[in-house]
Amino acid sequence: MSISLRLLAFTLVPLILFTGTTLADDFTQKDQDRWQKEYMSVVEKGRALWVSPKLGTNGVSCAQCHPNGANTHPETYPKFQQQLGRVIPLRDMINWCILNPLEGEELNPYDPRMVAMEAYLAHERKGVPMAPGKH
Amino acid sequence: MNSRQITRRSFLKGMGAIAAGGTLPVSLVELAFADSSRNFTFAYISDSHIQHIKGTQFVRNWDRGLIRSVAETNMLLPKPDFVVYGGDLAQLGTQAELDHGAEMLAKLNYKYHCVMGEHDYYLDLGRYWGKLFGPHYYSWDHKGVHFIVLNSILTYDKWTHERWPTPEQRMLEMAGLDNPNGSPFMVGKKQRQWLQEDLKTLKKETPVVLFSHSPIQKIYKGWNFWTEDAEEVQALLRPFADVTVVYGHVHQIQYNQIGNISFHAVMATAWPWPYPESYAQAKTHLPKITVPMNRADPFFERDATGWQFINLKTGRIDISYNLYDNTNRTVAYNRKTSRPEDTTYQSPEKRIPPQSHY
Ligand SMILES: [Fe+2]
Ligand SMILES: [Fe+2]
Repeated sequence: MSISLRLLAFTLVPLILFTGTTLADDFTQKDQDRWQKEYMSVVEKGRALWVSPKLGTNGVSCAQCHPNGANTHPETYPKFQQQLGRVIPLRDMINWCILNPLEGEELNPYDPRMVAMEAYLAHERKGVPMAPGKH
Repeated sequence: MNSRQITRRSFLKGMGAIAAGGTLPVSLVELAFADSSRNFTFAYISDSHIQHIKGTQFVRNWDRGLIRSVAETNMLLPKPDFVVYGGDLAQLGTQAELDHGAEMLAKLNYKYHCVMGEHDYYLDLGRYWGKLFGPHYYSWDHKGVHFIVLNSILTYDKWTHERWPTPEQRMLEMAGLDNPNGSPFMVGKKQRQWLQEDLKTLKKETPVVLFSHSPIQKIYKGWNFWTEDAEEVQALLRPFADVTVVYGHVHQIQYNQIGNISFHAVMATAWPWPYPESYAQAKTHLPKITVPMNRADPFFERDATGWQFINLKTGRIDISYNLYDNTNRTVAYNRKTSRPEDTTYQSPEKRIPPQSHY
């Protein structure tokens, strides 16, 4: 056994003990419930941001034009945003709206608030087939 | 030239400075009046959602929509007999917002009638709005047509009077279109009784035009595109030969025919709303005859907003949607099919890709 492998084994053992599972694919309904709860807590944060008058600077919220996130078409991104002349991910449009109608400052694309809003939009759009590029 | 005809030339003359800018935001309506004593026009402006930020600051975007509609309406030739303002003048019903909106409306060169919207009402239950604009429901006669305004955005007393700790919170809860804590709109018993009285002595062949903020039909409850007692109000209107309901609130083109009643929605000057069918989790009842407006392009600030020019012909209306950043639309009552129809896009083969909402 090489030194690096021995090191790996050394670090893995306490990790396994810590999580309480012995195999990578061994998870229970309880685990799934917890993961769902984690996901929904982020969706709810996204919803709170979506209706918040504080996301921008002028009191306008995303939901004012997009009730229930409608007319945002998350399943069509990445797509050619014809007004910008390039293919963009959804978060670029979210930032565009924060900057323009909300007169706010763009979020870092990895900001947890951005992830939360994307999670919310995807959640409201559940069941709609993916259609990247669709206009 | 017939003085009651709008031609491109007379219209351009009226447009003055705006036309010189190169864009023509208002449709060029050719109106030929067979009997000029019976026919007339009025304009319809709605849903400006004037929104206070702080001090003397208001959301610029929404201000621009109302300012533009007033300026353009003032340039109509021939002049409309009056203007109707369809409700949601304010965003959160404050005196600052209502005053600012009223100031802009005061620039109209015509008499105007106001309809109550939920955003005007739920802070102080319409008290300040009433001071500025008068009664919440009323009627008048004009050139042989009976006009009615209803306050259709009332709701259950319990929700209004018992559920919320402060008027501010009540207003905020009702202001969120998709807020599950909201409550369905209704006209209510008191106004239905008033309406019954109001219509009692009216001849059945008198054309009736009713203005409300909510649809007086049931389209989608989740966003209050809905009036809880719509059927009861419709029943009161059923004995009359020609009935038209014009409503705001939905911020989009909708039209429908239920029995003798034609329904027309008007655009907002502030922002457009998605059609309920584009909310994947909802079941909706958008009237099948409605050809939707084009999907809005957010990069054009005023796209899918605008105001209306309405021509009352022989008891039914033709409504011209003056869309700021899009091709104008006209929806007119078709005597042959007994329903309102888009004069360009009604037949399925005439539809264009931007009209598909998903
Ligand atoms: Fe509105
Ligand atoms: Fe409304």
